[in-house]
Amino acid sequence: MSILVYALHYEGEFNKNSLGAVSEGAKLAKELGGDAAAVVVGGDDLTDELCGTLGKYGVAKVYRVKGPEGLAQPVVDAMAKVISDNGFKYALFGGGLLGFEIGAGLTARLDAGVTMEVTAVRAQDGKLVAERPILQDSQVVDVGYVGEPGIIIGRLNAFDAVESGDGAAAVEDVDVAFEDHSTKATMVQRGEQRGADVNIEDADVLVAGGRGLGNAEGFELCESLADALGGAVAATRAVVDAGWYPYAAQIGQTGKTVAPKLYVAAGISGAIQHKVGMQSSENIVAINKDPNAPIFEFSDLGIVGDLNKIMPKLTEAVKAKKG
Amino acid sequence: MSTAPIEFPPPVDSAKEFVGAPTDPEDERIEVGVVIVGGGPAGLACAIRLTQLLAEDEALMESLGEVPVAVVEKGKGPGSHLLSGAMMNPSAMRKLFPGLDESEWPTYGPVPRDAVYLLPNSKRAIPLKPTPPPFRNHGNHVTSVAQLGRWLSDQAEEGGVYILGETAATKLLVEDGQVVGVRSGDKGRGRDGQELSNFEPGSDLIAKATVLAEGTQGHLTGAAIRHFDLGSEDPQQWELGVKEVWEVEKPLDRVIHTMAWPLRYGAKYQEFGGSFIYPMGEDRVSMGLVCGLDYRDATFSVHDALQELKTHPLVAEIIEGGKRIGWGAKTIPSGGYWAQPRRMWAPGLVIAGDGAGMVNIPTLKGVHYAMHAGMFAAEAIVERLKAGETGVADLSSYQAKVDNSEIEKDIRRSRNMRQPFSKGFLVGGAIANMMEISGGRFPGGRWKTHDDATIDVFIGDRDKDYPKPDGKTTFDKLSSVFASGNATRDDAPNHIRIQERVPLEIALMWQNMCPAAVYEVPEDELEAARADGNGKLDGKHEVKLQITPSNCVQCGAITAKGGRLTPPEGGDGPNYQVT
Amino acid sequence: MKICVLVKEVPDAAVEKRMDPASKRLDRSGETTLNQFDTHAIEAAMQIREGGAVDVDEIVAVTMAPSEAGRTLNKAVALGADRSVHLTDDALAGSDVCATGYALARVLESEAPDLVLLGQQSADGECYTIGAVVADHLKMPSLTQVIKLDVEDGKLRCERQAEYGYDTVSVELPAVISVGDAINEPRYPSLKAIMGAKKKPRDVKSPGDVGIEPGRVGQEGSRTEVLAVNAPPEKAAGEIIEDEDTNETVERIVAWLEERKLLA
Repeated sequence: MSILVYALHYEGEFNKNSLGAVSEGAKLAKELGGDAAAVVVGGDDLTDELCGTLGKYGVAKVYRVKGPEGLAQPVVDAMAKVISDNGFKYALFGGGLLGFEIGAGLTARLDAGVTMEVTAVRAQDGKLVAERPILQDSQVVDVGYVGEPGIIIGRLNAFDAVESGDGAAAVEDVDVAFEDHSTKATMVQRGEQRGADVNIEDADVLVAGGRGLGNAEGFELCESLADALGGAVAATRAVVDAGWYPYAAQIGQTGKTVAPKLYVAAGISGAIQHKVGMQSSENIVAINKDPNAPIFEFSDLGIVGDLNKIMPKLTEAVKAKKG
Repeated sequence: MSTAPIEFPPPVDSAKEFVGAPTDPEDERIEVGVVIVGGGPAGLACAIRLTQLLAEDEALMESLGEVPVAVVEKGKGPGSHLLSGAMMNPSAMRKLFPGLDESEWPTYGPVPRDAVYLLPNSKRAIPLKPTPPPFRNHGNHVTSVAQLGRWLSDQAEEGGVYILGETAATKLLVEDGQVVGVRSGDKGRGRDGQELSNFEPGSDLIAKATVLAEGTQGHLTGAAIRHFDLGSEDPQQWELGVKEVWEVEKPLDRVIHTMAWPLRYGAKYQEFGGSFIYPMGEDRVSMGLVCGLDYRDATFSVHDALQELKTHPLVAEIIEGGKRIGWGAKTIPSGGYWAQPRRMWAPGLVIAGDGAGMVNIPTLKGVHYAMHAGMFAAEAIVERLKAGETGVADLSSYQAKVDNSEIEKDIRRSRNMRQPFSKGFLVGGAIANMMEISGGRFPGGRWKTHDDATIDVFIGDRDKDYPKPDGKTTFDKLSSVFASGNATRDDAPNHIRIQERVPLEIALMWQNMCPAAVYEVPEDELEAARADGNGKLDGKHEVKLQITPSNCVQCGAITAKGGRLTPPEGGDGPNYQVT
Repeated sequence: MKICVLVKEVPDAAVEKRMDPASKRLDRSGETTLNQFDTHAIEAAMQIREGGAVDVDEIVAVTMAPSEAGRTLNKAVALGADRSVHLTDDALAGSDVCATGYALARVLESEAPDLVLLGQQSADGECYTIGAVVADHLKMPSLTQVIKLDVEDGKLRCERQAEYGYDTVSVELPAVISVGDAINEPRYPSLKAIMGAKKKPRDVKSPGDVGIEPGRVGQEGSRTEVLAVNAPPEKAAGEIIEDEDTNETVERIVAWLEERKLLA
């Protein structure tokens, strides 16, 4: 067997991140001429049916282990057993907190090589090579593995979920004797939502506002658009300084660093202090009335125009499209 | 009606605010032997010399307690705030490290050739042969003072000196007319000065002797000069230097100085200065533009004129295919001999280096003078400490050593060379030549200096010629601030004392002068000024400045031109590596 | 209680960094500083000591670093550690995450702490969650991204931030806790503390002192290898739209977003 993929479920669903990892694992296993399987750890909500759905994403088999949810170390025990029992060559994770914790724990347990924040993986000469960005995404490193297994932890949402059209996966229950230390952490409360503080670092879509908004009220335009796109609002240093938006939303050299799928920059000039905080965003859309604004040099789509005219219309159009 | 910045003085009273008695309870004060404010060439040379002398006198070393020598440095560490050209005269290094082979120095060694060019315009370069005397640098070492500072700091630490980085000295401690130490700055204050959750107050550092080696526009130096009335009747004058360090493909084989373009020497503009381009080894080049701060056009910007300079074929050729790896800015005292403090010492205190105006402007030399002065300071202090407890109340021997040395001989020689240039380049140049030839004796006399803040400004149109930044060869100010390693927290308290409502002329002058884009005239204020002037900018229209103090690289220009730079939180500001 | 805080020396964030073409690893010869995330860990240790819920006998700063890392340890001590341990040897250079985690676990074992604290990640981006690697070797429970930490009845009550929300987890000691930067505001060291740091005891240890097997560390002992360092894939030049007819402009934007599946 080639690749074992960890799939995280939460509230009866496998998250997008996990489905992406499973798809990627299946794809890579094919390229290696081998097989991929998934492993899940949890309680009774891991029904045969739910586990079977992973088959749609390309794995024929799902190893299911009964254990506590939301804690990494029991999963380390589970995966270590499944990997050694079945000779998996690689363990693949879709990032996220547990992905990192489990992958790191496995590194120690199996004396394995690990690459973190991976953005792409490819098969080369019968082995996998992981690519990861470094130095604020200014360079990409190709990492190979010495010995087996190799552990690959992707950047959150780096892998796309792709339905392969296969049928339900077979579920195999595995009995795992947990290590002593794996039982020393107990979940008291899981997944509490704390509405107000949206963590912009985890958002898939960000609408950021800069001085071009004109005043604090301009952020209403950002909030409406963010709402329509299903994202969060961010801000530049200048406007946070001016008190138009809170520091928690600040992006840049002295604020947060983000890499969402979509970054809309409204009224932002694109000075380097801001750029370093968002340059790894997958898709950058900039709206600015100054055609010479530096942001147009690194945006994927740049609109030279009045954001007060464009944003409200864009918000309406997006809402209409999404239905 | 003239508008000069001096009519809008900053809200500060330095003698009152920055000089006072210790305030910490006695058992909380920190005692050291000698405290040196400033981890630059002067301060570190002083520290090293002190440890050399103390190594020969155990009893004296013991009497100085657990921490015989402490250097207080407001940057992250010595070197972070150091910037110069520089072509360093090797005499001071030889004196401080007599047994050390020059190949072990953290410098780039001497350069065999030098060249001076007069640039009449953006395309031509006229070589001046033979090289005018002030520009001859035979035997001098190309040096990055940021690297030198780090190396000297390592040497000092090995000798037992306590290097206290990220520590600003904000107050001079004086008791019964004698300097007894310095107070370090608070940390953890917010934008409005309020105490944040991790607020840490400064401490009183009590020392038997205090050395102020703060460099240009030294904060405590200014306060000490006022408090003890040490100043000259001639005000100090300043130049602003903005420089870059480049990785280059072709090694540069000569030290280059240029004059004229892009500066305008005429009396209308008064942009006195020039540029330097020094090879740093085989693959790097240090280049900068220096201009007196008594220029008159409010739209003149040294930072942007430097970008323009890089488009001249002479310079473009040197940096072709290269990459900018460093940037910074700093002021240089240029008033020379007459503007130096009359006295460079007070009871318990000496002032060394740029802070005491020890810069020879025509030859652009100051690093070795600073180091010599630091060594004299160490020697004088040790002599006076040995003379008994009250010995350091009289440090006049320091002054004597400085006066009888190369420092004052050289600086006195060029005592009138800078002033004539206010009469324009040609007249000024002719006069300067006469002085050079006559060894400073002719035309003699005492040419008065002037305070840079007394210069009227007008709004010209210099900005139409600045190149649009392309991010490869030419850069905007924010990119430059980034390249200086400045990552100061945004809610840091505003450390700049300045009047925020001033006529547009002054505001624009500050906006363009500042190499770090700290001062900005907001768009809407510009619009209002335009409306007031019927389509043209009305220079007298009052505007409110927008200030971004976290950009500040502490060059000191604002202090020369109507504001006052006070030390920000220790550790803030640039982190120069190769300047 | 004995707390060990793992600290790392990293290149200064604001100083331009480069890869060393020879070793294909980060060029660490320039300006360095104490990993920002670890300052939060030291502060967390100090708050446990000052909180009074438990007696903290010792806070020890531990690092694995080249011999010149003294300044970083001084900073850690100035921030509150009572002493420091410096594991150093040329043979450790080039260690990857696997090798580093193993080495750190060995040196921590020799200290036998009740609690190991460290920052969530290192500012040089080399590794996230090394705490989890170390914890597995030490056979201790581990949590990362902890943003609230309290000692209650000899156990730890932790809140940690996950991408799906906040978890509250109870952890038995001894444990390894990696803290997020939201956990606290690190204090500034007082001048007295900075000056006193030089005098605090420092144990310099070599791999042999703590039972590290030579074959498991360094370049030799690493289980990953850097094959190449490349420029990131060329981004296609961006498209620019000059807005004249806003309705049309907006249509084009929506089409562009749809093409990229950003309106899902």
